[in-house]
Amino acid sequence: MRAGRRVRRGHGRILPWLAVPALVFFAGFAVIPLVGVLALSFTTWDGIGAIRPSGLTSWRSVLTDPELVHALWVTFLVMVVSWAVQTPLSVLLGTFLAGHQRYRAVLAVVYFVPLLLSSAAIAIAYKALLDPNFGLGAGLNIAWLSQDWLGRPALAFGVVIFIVSWQFIPFHSLIYQAGVRQIPQSMYEAAQLDGAGRVRQFFSITLPQLKHTMITSSTLMVVGSLTFFDLIFVLTAGGPADATRVLALDMYKRGFQANLMGPASAIAVILVLVGLGLAVLLRRLGGRDAAVSQLEGA
Amino acid sequence: MDTQISRRTVLKLAAGVPVAAALAACGSAGPGTSAGGGTKATYWYLNGQPQEGVRTGAVDRFNKANPNGQIAGTTFQNDAYKTKIKTAIGAGQAPTIIWGWGGGSLRSYVTAGQVDDLTSWFDQHPEVKSRLFPTSFGAGTINGKIYAMPCETVQPIVLYYNKKVLDQVGARPPQSWGDLMALVSTLNTKGIAPFSLGGQSRWTNMMWLEFLFDRIGGPEVFQAIFNGEKNSWSNPAAIDALTKVQDLVKANGFIKGFASITADSNADQALLYTGKAAMMLHGSWSYGIQQTDGGDFVPGGGLGYVNFPPVEGGKGDPSNTVGNPAQYLSISSKASAEQKTIAKQFFATGVLDSTEVTQWIGTGGVPIVQGTQSQLAGSKDAAFLQFVYDTATKAKSFGQSWDQALSPTAAETLLDNIANLFQLSISPQQFATNMNAVIGA
Repeated sequence: MRAGRRVRRGHGRILPWLAVPALVFFAGFAVIPLVGVLALSFTTWDGIGAIRPSGLTSWRSVLTDPELVHALWVTFLVMVVSWAVQTPLSVLLGTFLAGHQRYRAVLAVVYFVPLLLSSAAIAIAYKALLDPNFGLGAGLNIAWLSQDWLGRPALAFGVVIFIVSWQFIPFHSLIYQAGVRQIPQSMYEAAQLDGAGRVRQFFSITLPQLKHTMITSSTLMVVGSLTFFDLIFVLTAGGPADATRVLALDMYKRGFQANLMGPASAIAVILVLVGLGLAVLLRRLGGRDAAVSQLEGA
Repeated sequence: MDTQISRRTVLKLAAGVPVAAALAACGSAGPGTSAGGGTKATYWYLNGQPQEGVRTGAVDRFNKANPNGQIAGTTFQNDAYKTKIKTAIGAGQAPTIIWGWGGGSLRSYVTAGQVDDLTSWFDQHPEVKSRLFPTSFGAGTINGKIYAMPCETVQPIVLYYNKKVLDQVGARPPQSWGDLMALVSTLNTKGIAPFSLGGQSRWTNMMWLEFLFDRIGGPEVFQAIFNGEKNSWSNPAAIDALTKVQDLVKANGFIKGFASITADSNADQALLYTGKAAMMLHGSWSYGIQQTDGGDFVPGGGLGYVNFPPVEGGKGDPSNTVGNPAQYLSISSKASAEQKTIAKQFFATGVLDSTEVTQWIGTGGVPIVQGTQSQLAGSKDAAFLQFVYDTATKAKSFGQSWDQALSPTAAETLLDNIANLFQLSISPQQFATNMNAVIGA
């Protein structure tokens, strides 16, 4: 016991130093820019000329702009709907891929392909396929496919959700696949002895055992959806009108197209706060005992 | 893949967001670091054939003639360039030669002291100034000083039509607004889209308003807006123009799905030359694009063009036009003395040299050089070139494109509201209220 304690104390001395490289990167690429943005949000700057301090002007203009509420609402919808679409599909696919059959390994590779493509390339490809006049529907003369996919607010929103899901389900399936493979086989064997069928096993063993995986995956989805930018920018540019203008896009448009760096920085700060708030909330939902194993209680 | 990595941790979210701060940090990065080695001047311009080839050709010829003072060119897509150049200038990373549209964005560079005053250089080189259209200097002049050299071509906005399609329905190009609306319903009953429009690019929609404002109320309506007069967007002529454009949208005047079509991909022009749409309002540069992409369409005489028709009872002169009086080249004040010398050498001997003039004419453009009439008349596109030359030179008023004339901040709000107007999600009155708040202020 004594020896063990000594080892642990030794770890205690080395561990903080191991974190130094990560901390340096984090400070350089996250903390310092963040402080810079916070400072910029109290200034007026067109991105070209001099930066002039202007107190709360930027914040007042952002917070009184109905566009902010709209962008927040669109962001929230993207977050919730894309989570609700991706999670069940990823769990099912992940569970399916956790099997060790060869055809599943082949399928896993196929499923993985969208993840290898850049968002901009995906957006350009879908934009071409969905073009109302030259796209797939018009080319093959399929009536239901030749909708004005990106030109009507509700449809464009749906297309964004579809493509986001198509792009990221492979990633989350991978997480769930790893999660399912971590579940001890003995639990399934015991359940089988008790006469539980496949469906029952899935709901009574697999799903509860995936709780922490689900929290990890959901955190990535929810926080990640706050930063969707490239895909939407190329696909719809926030349109039609402002139907798919999420907060990150609104920030870009204000900062780099309208030359209003102050208000854009204020939105960036709001984005960070919302992101951090959501991450903390999700951790809370996971329970305080997040580090405790689920195995014994199952 | 970037997206994927940035999703890894919550903490990295923070790293992804504050792009603006990183930019701020770059602001002091020092002059002309993008020069990339000693004696090279840098030059950014737009891609897309056939124009790109002419621009690149001018640079190549200059480099061949001046082995000691080279120019390194980089090309960008139109809409991407508008953002890229602003960011680069703000970060002190501007190219030596800045290509632009003059007007409001040039004014913002001038206010920030980012571009050189060329007035005295033009005084010393009167031969450079006197060979260009005098009207082209307006949008390059800020507070009475010349900050940009006009270049390339004059580009009025033109109403194009597909002759074969109009013949099919036995119609002629519209002579008036009432004529135009009647033609819209005729074409729609025949299952042909009346007008092609790359609505996602937004400035494409804006061209309609530019003409309607002018035809209904004359150039004074936008001039009042430009001068920042209070409530100038609520002018009855403006409201009438905004209402008319919404009437056209409601009458299915524009092709299905116009809100998701981008002009940068030339899809709007493809709709015209493939006959899916009968007409299109677009810049005169589109002629060259249709010639390059449209196969037999332009050479076979399929493309027709007229000036925008008058509106019944409107005050505007039917000869008026809108568009780009020229394109503009400025010199970054952050460039080194050597780079500036190369740039000025390029202005004096490279820009619009006789080969470039011939090539612009070859693409169906009218260069802003005086005394090219005989060359225009001898070209294979003589009829179109003569039309553009007449439109540009005989117009009582040649309005600069609104998004170029206004400040970038006002332009962005304008384009946003125009997108909403065409989406029918705001009324003309709401449009005017939103815009008064920005521009009258």
